[in-house]
Amino acid sequence: MSNFSRRRILFGGAAVGAGALLTACTSNEPENNSQINTSNEEANPNSAPGTKVVIGFSAPAADHGWIAAITNNAKAQAGAYQDVELKAVEAGADAAAQRASLATLISQKPTVIVILPHDGKELNSSALEATKAGIPVINLDREFPDALAYRLLIKGDNYGMGVAAGNYIAEQMKSKGVSNPIIGEIAGIDALPLTQDRSKGFKDALAAAGFKVANRRAAEFTADSGQREAAGLLQALPKLDALWNHDDDQGIGVLAAIKQTNRSEFIMVGGAGSKAAIDQITKDDSVLKATVTYSPSMASSAISLARLIGQGKGMSDLVELQVPKQITLASETITKENASKYAKLGF
Amino acid sequence: MTDTQVAKPAPAPDAPKKSRNSIFKGDAAEPLKRNLGLVGVLIILAVIGVITRPDLYGDATWVSNNVFTILQQASAIGVVTVGMTFVIIGGGIDLSVGAIVAIAGVWSTTLATQSYGAVGMIFTAIVVGVVVGLINGVLISYGRLVPFIATLAMMVAARGLAAQISGKQTQVSSNDTINSIASTKILGIPMLVIILALVVAAGWVLLNRTTFGRRTVAIGGNPEAARLAGINVKFHTLLLYALSGLCCGIGAIMLTSQATSAQAAMANLYELDAIAAAIIGGTLLSGGRGTIVGALFGVLVFSTITNLFAINNLPTEVQNMVKGGIIVAAVLVQQFRYKSLTHLLGRTKS
Amino acid sequence: MTTIPEPRDGEVEDQVATEAPVVLELTDVVKTFPGVRALDGVQLEVRAGEVHCLLGQNGAGKSTLIKVLAGVHRADEGSILWQGEPFAPANPQAAMKAGIATIYQELDLVDDLSVAENTFLGHEERRLGFVRRGSMARRTREILGRLGHPQIPARRLVRSLPAAGKQIASMARALSHDAKLIVMDEPSAVLAHDEVGNLFRIIRELTAQGIAVIYISHRLEEIREIGDRVTVLKDGRTTAANLPARDTPTRELVNRMTGRSIEYVFPPRVAPDDPEVLLEVQGLTRAGEFADASLTVRKGEIVGIAGLVGSGRSELLETIFGARPADSGTVVMAGKRVTSVGGAVRAGIGMAPEERKSQALLLDQPIYKNMTLSSFATFATAGFTDAGDERKAADKVADSLELRPRDTGRAVRTLSGGNQQKVVVGRWLIGQTKLLLLDEPTRGVDVGARAELYQVIHDLAANGVGVLLVSSEVPEVLGLSDRVLVMREGHLIHEAPAGDLDEATVLDLVMAGSLLEGEPA
Repeated sequence: MSNFSRRRILFGGAAVGAGALLTACTSNEPENNSQINTSNEEANPNSAPGTKVVIGFSAPAADHGWIAAITNNAKAQAGAYQDVELKAVEAGADAAAQRASLATLISQKPTVIVILPHDGKELNSSALEATKAGIPVINLDREFPDALAYRLLIKGDNYGMGVAAGNYIAEQMKSKGVSNPIIGEIAGIDALPLTQDRSKGFKDALAAAGFKVANRRAAEFTADSGQREAAGLLQALPKLDALWNHDDDQGIGVLAAIKQTNRSEFIMVGGAGSKAAIDQITKDDSVLKATVTYSPSMASSAISLARLIGQGKGMSDLVELQVPKQITLASETITKENASKYAKLGF
Repeated sequence: MTDTQVAKPAPAPDAPKKSRNSIFKGDAAEPLKRNLGLVGVLIILAVIGVITRPDLYGDATWVSNNVFTILQQASAIGVVTVGMTFVIIGGGIDLSVGAIVAIAGVWSTTLATQSYGAVGMIFTAIVVGVVVGLINGVLISYGRLVPFIATLAMMVAARGLAAQISGKQTQVSSNDTINSIASTKILGIPMLVIILALVVAAGWVLLNRTTFGRRTVAIGGNPEAARLAGINVKFHTLLLYALSGLCCGIGAIMLTSQATSAQAAMANLYELDAIAAAIIGGTLLSGGRGTIVGALFGVLVFSTITNLFAINNLPTEVQNMVKGGIIVAAVLVQQFRYKSLTHLLGRTKS
Repeated sequence: MTTIPEPRDGEVEDQVATEAPVVLELTDVVKTFPGVRALDGVQLEVRAGEVHCLLGQNGAGKSTLIKVLAGVHRADEGSILWQGEPFAPANPQAAMKAGIATIYQELDLVDDLSVAENTFLGHEERRLGFVRRGSMARRTREILGRLGHPQIPARRLVRSLPAAGKQIASMARALSHDAKLIVMDEPSAVLAHDEVGNLFRIIRELTAQGIAVIYISHRLEEIREIGDRVTVLKDGRTTAANLPARDTPTRELVNRMTGRSIEYVFPPRVAPDDPEVLLEVQGLTRAGEFADASLTVRKGEIVGIAGLVGSGRSELLETIFGARPADSGTVVMAGKRVTSVGGAVRAGIGMAPEERKSQALLLDQPIYKNMTLSSFATFATAGFTDAGDERKAADKVADSLELRPRDTGRAVRTLSGGNQQKVVVGRWLIGQTKLLLLDEPTRGVDVGARAELYQVIHDLAANGVGVLLVSSEVPEVLGLSDRVLVMREGHLIHEAPAGDLDEATVLDLVMAGSLLEGEPA
């Protein structure tokens, strides 16, 4: 878990990239693009106003867009409920600062606390303290090692991303009748566990179809490193059938390299689900045919679930009277066919 | 006989020869000779490439494409390294080059700047680079900060400002002219490679054939002697950092064109790559001695290694280990050669 | 007792300290570097409690010999016996441990450590892994007291000490090792006259305790005063061993060294009667260094400043050159105010600073580039340098200075001290220099090259160049100059034509100012 904080930072880059791409490509006006759930009252009995819930919220300072999207989503979702008051505290620059701000938050006795920790291990004790003080803790994405420290864990699925990308590529190759496809992979920073998880999922899914990765390069989640590694990979594989790029932000560079070498004989799958990538998939004018998600929408869901926990309600579609202990978001595959549905979730 | 120099007179190391009409007078092959070691490394790397991937190297078109790929990947960092080499020869160090590339890239790709078109973007990148370099220079020359500290501070601050300006987002260049720099070829040679060649040639002339170069070598070799010879050491130091900033601005445009975007985290660790390339190219970290061509070879060695690892599908971590090994080996070889050279010149004195 | 070896060439007059045991004995020692035989058969015999002088020109092998003794280099051939045992120290620490301490000409002190820390550098007193600062400072103070300098604070940074103080610190370090042999490489070169007296007192005290001293100096009068026996080196060989220091005729010593017999030989000099004033300095002051200095130098005139180290002479010269900002006062050169080095150079002032290597030369650059360091821009067209023309100009100057070797493409590092000095002076002969400031122009320059430098200075003056000269050696100031200024404690206290002064008078002035009427001006 110790690398989770870095992973978030990097993801942030992905997130930002997306926003920028959109603004740059489509309009000059930055859009406020919060991912909130606004289902109507009749359909969902839980959306009726209930007891007032004070939600404490702590996430690292937004040094990158993914984190910014997390915070924005949380605030926007809270704003959508009349019975929710959000107390967002700036978590500061490091784990120690976040611990301090959490102590203050706990002393204010909110109903529920939603926390995206700098580092799960380092903030475990703070979360335990809150739990002991009778405040349920909702753990966002970076897991606390101690299951007693949280009431609910809601997180993304890196291995699942790899699996989704692998499955999509396998399926495409089979439908095209390519029996022995040459498959490339542009990973993110190799030292991070999330990159390893994604690659493992990709490899496993391909293996299930009897395929393997012919060349794998690791970039740095930045566009220029994506361009550099893609240029090398394209040179190494004069013929290519499919390419998975872990991150839509570095994907800007990967796509640039592909364009610069005039290559188009293969299909490409992205990662994270940036709005720009989704737009490009919709337009279908490049090799990018799909992207697999790791969405900051989890923050919106965390607020909704925090409200339910605060009001003692369960998820209305489930039989259980309480919110479950753990939710892992499925990595979804966005293609031209379903892109319109996801446009709202792109960040 | 008052002088008992026992050593045999060595041939003049860079004695100018006859012709006066060309600025490139002198021994044109000399840089090549001086960098024989690195040329050797490049040849060895190429041979390894041929042996490991005979299938790819069998195709002449692929080979020429590959050479251009290596050169293009070396282009932006190569331009930055030229500036770095000047700074190091002049007795300084610039740890902020990666950050300057980032801020110049980010500034030139803001929506506002992009609205001024390609010329506006190029102008912005270069002005931002030069201005940041000038700030470095003023802090070092007139603020009397140690170069390491001043540029370390600038490295952090410029990246911070770049993040601020970009709102931590990746700014995509929607300017076709800028984006096409990376894909344009002139007479079959990629534009980025031509830019690199021009910058290296200009750097070579500047270092070896101009008063600017002489001042650079002098203040790097012995700042006090340079000062007492009437050279304005502070002002020249300022110019050196501005030159490094200029190279970063040019590099920023090249990198932006390649990635069709810019962001605060771009050109990550360029400072280390540039310093390493300059050092393995024979530039003395303490200043006073160095070559532009050597630095270029240093960049090419790194770029070729990256390519070699890519075509053989070898992981990045091994590549970094090999890079580290080459840096150490190159410096060791140079030290050895320099020592024996000074001995041959009869350095021993009673 | 060790048997006294029979000297190889039979010229040894063994009258000194015959009863004291031989502590160090070198036989046929050879040390080669690639391309150079730096030591080519050195014989040396040092007895306990004697001052054994090593004489030889630059390049004779003295420095290499010292480094072999100090454990920096290893001898290739020959035998070295130290207290009767074969001696081959692996490194300087080993040599120190064995009891041989070396005080180098270019003092190897760490500027940013205190005197005490330097004294115990490499053999700090420790208890439980902690450095015992208090105890080290105490012992350093003891040693400094023994050296006659109890006033030097043990905790003061070496950087802030004057040259003489640094030498004392260096000596303190040698004593801290309980050395039985102390090698001193030109210890008097950086010292003023009274400091040399103190140095000799210390040396006598050391030898009385049975410590042997190898003393290297260019100055024969010092050898006469302090030395017991002399060994002469030439071209890496011992040409004479164990000559009595006091009785051997100077002619013989000089002959052994050089084949020539000169010490100070000044060319005949006719003072110019050109009234044109080149340099006019008015009331120049820098707090703590010198005050209210006024002087003039005329065209073709040589003006010498005599004064002790620390009297502010070098600082005055550097301030005139614009290298240090003046607190008050003016420097006017040929009608132009000078406030910066650039301005000084443009006005036609050149300077050969005190520390050649650290202040004047690019050691790894070729001679011609060093010579044109202040003028390469004038050879350039639109910023493009013209190496061909630069080299031609440098060659011409090299010829006129009789630079050896004459090849101006060689790195300056490879030259002897005297020729390096010629390069520095030559730099100012290339430009339009009208006034030359020379700070200790003959420091570390051997006898023969000195005479040549004197001639160069005279030739310059004959061509109308004004010269302002600073030297610690009074005979040099008197012999070279037309007019002499005496400086003491930051003030110019006396001025007279050189012919009206003699060495004793000047020394008297420098030290006591007794000829002074009223307060220093």
